[in-house]
Amino acid sequence: MAAATLKDATAIVGIGQTPFAKQLPESEKTLACRAILAALDDAGIDPSEVDGFASYTMEETDEVEIAKAIGAGDVTFFSKVGYGGGGSCATLAHLASAVATGQASVGVAWRSRKRGSGKRPWTNTAVQLPTPGQWTRPYGLLRPADEIGMLARRHMHEYGTTRDHLFNVALACRNRANQNPAAQMYERPLTREMYMNARWISEPLCLFDNCLETDGALACVIVSAERARDCRQKPVYLHSVAQGLPAQHHGMVNYWNDDPLTGPAWTAARQLWKQADFGPEDVDVAQIYDAFTPLIPLSLEGYGFCARGEGGAFTEGGALEIGGRLPINTSGGGLSEAYVHGFNLINEGVKQLRGTSTAQVPDAATCLVTAGEGVPTSAVLLRS
Amino acid sequence: MTTTELLAPVTDDDGAPFWEYTARGELRVQACANTECGELRFPPRPCCPHCRSFDSEWRRMSGKGRIWSYVFPHPPLLPAYAEMAPYNAIVVELAEAPRIRLVGNLVTEAGAPWNSVDPARLKIGAKVQVVFAQQGEFTVPQWVLER
Repeated sequence: MAAATLKDATAIVGIGQTPFAKQLPESEKTLACRAILAALDDAGIDPSEVDGFASYTMEETDEVEIAKAIGAGDVTFFSKVGYGGGGSCATLAHLASAVATGQASVGVAWRSRKRGSGKRPWTNTAVQLPTPGQWTRPYGLLRPADEIGMLARRHMHEYGTTRDHLFNVALACRNRANQNPAAQMYERPLTREMYMNARWISEPLCLFDNCLETDGALACVIVSAERARDCRQKPVYLHSVAQGLPAQHHGMVNYWNDDPLTGPAWTAARQLWKQADFGPEDVDVAQIYDAFTPLIPLSLEGYGFCARGEGGAFTEGGALEIGGRLPINTSGGGLSEAYVHGFNLINEGVKQLRGTSTAQVPDAATCLVTAGEGVPTSAVLLRS
Repeated sequence: MTTTELLAPVTDDDGAPFWEYTARGELRVQACANTECGELRFPPRPCCPHCRSFDSEWRRMSGKGRIWSYVFPHPPLLPAYAEMAPYNAIVVELAEAPRIRLVGNLVTEAGAPWNSVDPARLKIGAKVQVVFAQQGEFTVPQWVLER
């Protein structure tokens, strides 16, 4: 008997999004509904047909609220993945599993967030977890930027990664945002001088190493490959999906194992490639989770685009730009389009394979999308 | 330095002994009490990930270590931290067990401000020694450069 597989069994047939801005007047719930209805309209599927939902934590609006607002039918599958931005692609994995096994037929994944006008999560001292927060926060590692800055400094020390490498990441994202009218940084070019003179956030990370603060929402619709052929849009197939929680992992403060610089990306990657018909060298374009620039070199290593320690050097020579070895974050990513916990990376991956990106990679047929590195993560391989 | 507004450790059942020992001026790390295993582990947890024993003990460390990495946080920060910024936060690997790393702050002497050491003196690999200081109701480890 052939082993069950999710390979190309399901497809993304609809995507939707709201505007992105530092501040939007509408509520998260309203923004979520707008993005979801836009995605269903894009797919040409009536909201009453939706019977599956997947979201990830830090999402304030639950399925009950969404389902009754958009007029969904009877819902037979709903899941919520943990670890914030690490769960973005896992929503697709869960829906793919549900649709492929008949638990649902029309699945919706979404993220709505008012991180721009809301409070910064780390200012809420009431929710600091005893583990591992008791070992880090009292000493002033308060923010994700501080925690990732620690890994970035170590990567610089061990492998010679430089601020110029991190600038290459920030610049590639900004250049793509400058081509994308929906991006928050559409009309804001970045120069090396601006980067090198920017204020520190947590040295060695400066302002431009950090993602944006955004209000906005996105959604996508997943159905079976069979049904996808009858939908309005060109299907984008979920070729391989994976989650990753490595042995002895500690979240963003991953300082307590043999090798803190090999994070969840490595685990997700092994599972992702094991199920795929192609490898890293066959990826035409990648959307790599970029809450902070150092996550790109770490992910390039983890997902096998270069050897251990070479993630910084990989960025040289315009490698991440259109026409380079691996164009990344072609909408501008979290650094320069919008930071919506990585969901804009998913929608941009779909646009690339439809051929409708504002920074289109010619003939793109395969795309890697990743969720947050540095926390229990997830990733998907899309193909057209 | 007013330390009262700095965050206190929010302890749990597994972590509480660490803070009881620091209050006595001792740096101890949880270890497996199975004599055939004996592996150190951090952060503390209910059972040993190597042999799955639920028996544990708290082993005293020399307090010597090396800086594994460091950052200098700048605002925006919580108010008590913003007052000291930029300060240093370091990860120290312990001499006895390099895989056991503790987050802390490098200071000129116990209780000195977190910005008391010239940033140019922070180097990965620099040898450090633990000292203890009061932070609110807790005694927390801090680190000074070995002379």
